[in-house]
Order: sequence, then C-alpha cells, then structure tokens
Amino acid sequence: MPDIKDYIDIVGKDKIGDLYFLADKLQNKSILNINSTAVGGGVAEILSRMVPLLKQLGVNARWDVIKGDEKFFNITKKMHNALHGINTKLIKEDFDYFIEVNRRNSEEMNLSSDIFFIHDPQPIALIEKRKKAKGQWAWRCHIDFTTPQKEVMEFLKSYIKKYDATVFSAPAFARKDIKIPQMLISPSIDPLSDKNRELPKETIEKTLEKFNIDKERPIVTQISRFDYLKDPLGVIKVYKKVKKYVDCQLVLAGGGATDDPEGMQVLNEVKDAASNDKDIHIIFLPPGSDIEINALQRASDIVLQKSLKEGFGLTVAEALWKSKPVIASAVGGIPLQITHKYSGILTYSINGTSHFLKELLNNPEYANKLGQNGHEHIKNNFLITRHLRDYLLLFLSLFHKEDIVYFD
Amino acid sequence: MKNKPFHFYTQYYLVQLLGIKARNPEELLKGIKKVPESSIYYHTHKFLQQHLYLSPEPPNDFGYWTTNVINLKELGEAFTSIDTISFKNLEDLRKEFIRILENYIKNKRYTVSCPEGQEFHFMSCKTFVFPTKYIAYDLKDFMKIIGKVSINSLYLHIFEARLRKGINGNDFSEWFKKIGKNKLAKEVTKLDPYTITLEGLREKILGLVSKYA
Repeated sequence: MPDIKDYIDIVGKDKIGDLYFLADKLQNKSILNINSTAVGGGVAEILSRMVPLLKQLGVNARWDVIKGDEKFFNITKKMHNALHGINTKLIKEDFDYFIEVNRRNSEEMNLSSDIFFIHDPQPIALIEKRKKAKGQWAWRCHIDFTTPQKEVMEFLKSYIKKYDATVFSAPAFARKDIKIPQMLISPSIDPLSDKNRELPKETIEKTLEKFNIDKERPIVTQISRFDYLKDPLGVIKVYKKVKKYVDCQLVLAGGGATDDPEGMQVLNEVKDAASNDKDIHIIFLPPGSDIEINALQRASDIVLQKSLKEGFGLTVAEALWKSKPVIASAVGGIPLQITHKYSGILTYSINGTSHFLKELLNNPEYANKLGQNGHEHIKNNFLITRHLRDYLLLFLSLFHKEDIVYFD
Repeated sequence: MKNKPFHFYTQYYLVQLLGIKARNPEELLKGIKKVPESSIYYHTHKFLQQHLYLSPEPPNDFGYWTTNVINLKELGEAFTSIDTISFKNLEDLRKEFIRILENYIKNKRYTVSCPEGQEFHFMSCKTFVFPTKYIAYDLKDFMKIIGKVSINSLYLHIFEARLRKGINGNDFSEWFKKIGKNKLAKEVTKLDPYTITLEGLREKILGLVSKYA
C-alpha cells in the first residue's frame, strides 16, 4: 500500500499539500463508510485504498460492512440487475426481507459518526436509523442508473430522499426526480498500482516475447473482458479493414471467469473470427495479470476501446496515462475521459474506428500529440489523488450549503 | 509596512449534477434559461481548468457539444466565438447564449436531436477557496511567486474575480492599482484570458510584471 507522500513525485507537492489542508478542515469529523463486502468487487477495491489514504491525511475515517445471508444477496443481485434495466421481478417479500436485513444491521452496527458514507443499494435503508444516529448522510451509487426498472427505482428513491447528498460516477446517471444534491465524482486509477506504474523496458519486451508479438511492427490493442458489450468481434473487423493498408498487429487481451459460459462463447467466436491470421493475438489473461496488462498497453502504438456499453471504462484512463493514443466509443464515462480530437478519438461505428485507426497509424506525430494531451488530462482529472480530494470536498459540502465556500 | 500584501488563494470545485439534459437546440435553450448561474459559469469555464495544456483552448461546453455531438457547426461557431471577457456578469453571458439560440431556432430549416447517450447534461459546481502559503509584499515577490503557484490559484485570481466577484479586471490588476502600479494594472486588465492557455497566461503576466518590478 503506497504512502500518500509517494504521490508527490506524480502530482506535485502543492496538490498533496492541498489534500492535507482540506483534511485539516475535517479534523473534528468522523467518517464511517459502509458497504456490503470487505473483499472482491470494485467498491471494496476503492475503499481498501481510499480509507488508509484518508487516515494518512489525518481524517478519522472508518469502514464497516453490513452482514447478510444468501437470501439477502440474491435479492440485492436482482435489484442490481433491475437497476441495469434487466427484466427481473422482485416481489413484496423480497423488499420486506431487504428492509429487515438493513434494520437488523442498523441495530448491531456501531452507528456513531459525524458523516455516514453509504455505498450502493445494499445498505441504503440504514438511513432509517438517522434520527438516532444523527450526522450527515451521503449515498454513493457506483452503478449505472440510466435505465432502471421503475419499481426498484421508486423503492430506492424512498430512501435516497432521506439523505443529504448522492454521488454518481457519470452525468447520465443523474435524475431529475431526485431533489437532494447530486454530485459527480468519477472513478480513478492509481498510478502506483501494478497496472499503471512505470515498467522497465525489459519487462515490456519480455511480455511481447512471451506472447510472440513483433515489436518492430505497429501494435493495436484492446484490453477488455471477452464480452459482447466490449465488441471484440467489431475490433477484428476494424483491424481487417485497416490491415489492407497498414501492416499492423492486433492484440485482444483480457480476462473473464472460466465458469462464465458466455465469456467462453465470446472467446471462441473471437478465435473463429481471427481464423488463421498470425498477426491477431488473442490473449486470455488469468486474474492478477496486472503487470502483463500494463506491459501490453505500454508496448502498443494505438489502444482501442470499442465498447457498445460501458460503466465508466477506466481502461481508457489507463491507456491515456501511459500516453497512448486512444480510439474509443462515445459510451458511458468515455466522453469524460476523451475530448474528441484533443485528447483522443471518439467513434460510433466500425467504419469510423477503421478510418481513425488508419489515420493515426499513418500520422504518428498527431497520434503522439493526442497521447500526450490524454496523459495530462488523466493526470489532472482521473488519478486517485483527485478522487481523494473530491471525497474531502464532498464531506465538507455536507456542512456548507453555499455555492462558494471560503476557508481561511 | 507600506503596501497591503497580496495573499495567493487557490480553489477546487465539486461538480453537481442537475439531472437536466438536452437532446437538441430547443431543449438546450430551455435548460440554459432555467439552470442556476453556477451552471452557466461551470459550462463556460470548466474547459479552462480541465484542458489547461491545450492550445488553442477548446470552446465552452455548449460550443463543443453543438459542434461535435449534434454537428451544428454554425451554431457551434456562434457559441465558441462569444467574447466572454466582454461580459461583466453571468446573467448577461446567459442572455447572450439565449439570444444566439433563439435566433437560430427562429431561422432554422430542420430539427436535429442527438442519439441516446449523447445528450448535453447540465451541471454546476460548488467552489472551495482557501489560502496558499504564498504572500507577495512587492512586485519582486510577486514575480517569484507567479512562476510557481498552481494553475488553480492563477485561475481563481483571474476568472473567479471577474465573473463571480464582478471586478472589472482581476485580483492581480486590483492589487497592482493599490500599490500604485496603474499602468501595469491596465496592461494586465487588457489580457484576454479566454484565448490563451493558463500556462501561456502565466508567462504573459510574468513578462508584464518583469517590466515594472
């Protein structure tokens, strides 16, 4: 686990100093994060990094987890799917059980804090304890909220309205029918993690050798799960259109659960589509392959993210952080990371992606400029230090309702 | 001490989502009319801080969306070429966007709506202002400090001062006047910070101050 001071070399002393200043304004406030799992999943991953860093800044931050049985988590999984617009039926008994588990947790947990930061729907009903627990309450929604099923949305809204603020990851998730402040806090990447830290040249070269990739010819890469929504088949079509004019290689690398039948099906279809083209490298990576992913991104000339749907799409930030020119679909949080033709390319189709891929491969100087701009954009807006700052500002905002807050 | 020192402050903002979106110029007009002032401020200034390394600067959010998403180049150009520096307050700036949009809608020959997922989302921001350790007692100090303060600090003293505090000029020019450097104040007031990068602006201010220090 890195020390907060390790980030000074990356973002500068002043930015870290500003974090200490903001943290100091929260000196007398305690913050309790609550979610539903201590390990596994994106929320636990974020909290396991953020809470220690907040503590290093001097913030009295804690993290607690609600308890639930299989029945509860089956219900919350159904809720999760329903919020993603998948047709799932929840019955009254499901909602009652959800409320009951939240109530039991609220009795058993030590709910004493100045700020309660509740993550995702599972513990949302803890707010019912507000009268006794007092404090300020914020609800952080980490999931896509664009097409939720009405019944589940109405159920959640009955709790959301009791909070002081909500937090979403992308502008499209905001709702007109939520009357409390809705804040935008984007996810972030950690520049010191194995997936993003600088790598020695030898590690990159060894990775290319391991996967039989030719370092002398242009490398075009998409890192993503083998999932229809990431459109790996579309990427192969793009490559085939471009290959007629530019002698490049395609790397499709990513993980996926081996017990996920759809993932395996997609992988097989991708292999079929690649047929016998030796310049298409399909790499199925096991969990924990962060250094390989890092090396493949760093070895690439162009990175693609041709997703059909995305939550936020942090693989784009990862590639831009490595100053790689990125061509990506304008979906989910990707337009926040790329300003078209300034810090990357946004596309809407296979033809559009092929056109820009050819253009960037033929104009390395322009491609390089996009990569440099992209790196600066990520440095300023999508690193974990910005995420920390946004959380500190969010906590402060709960005590300051004005538009402009002055501190001395 | 003869002169009142200049204390450099800095600022950060937290983005607030308003849950209001637009798919076409008509909805954009409706939104611009009803969002709070802080939203007009956010959409006309966010780029300056988020894309401070770009030259030339990308346009304001309205201009970017109109040009690049709904592909209305003429309307986009009208938004982009708004002379933001000439507006003394955000309400007047809002009126200018409304005037351009109403004019466009009145004369347009066809309607266009963006596809789902490409909508313009109205946002606003909550700004947090706090002091830095830097204090200038004279122009020599000022020169040393201006070279090293953060972009956020520079941004605060130039942009926030004008449109949110209603100063005709900026915090720097106000201080130059107070210490009797009226000519320098005038020259700094004349700079159009919307057409250069913040780093470029830093260089220009440094150049001007060095003439008088």
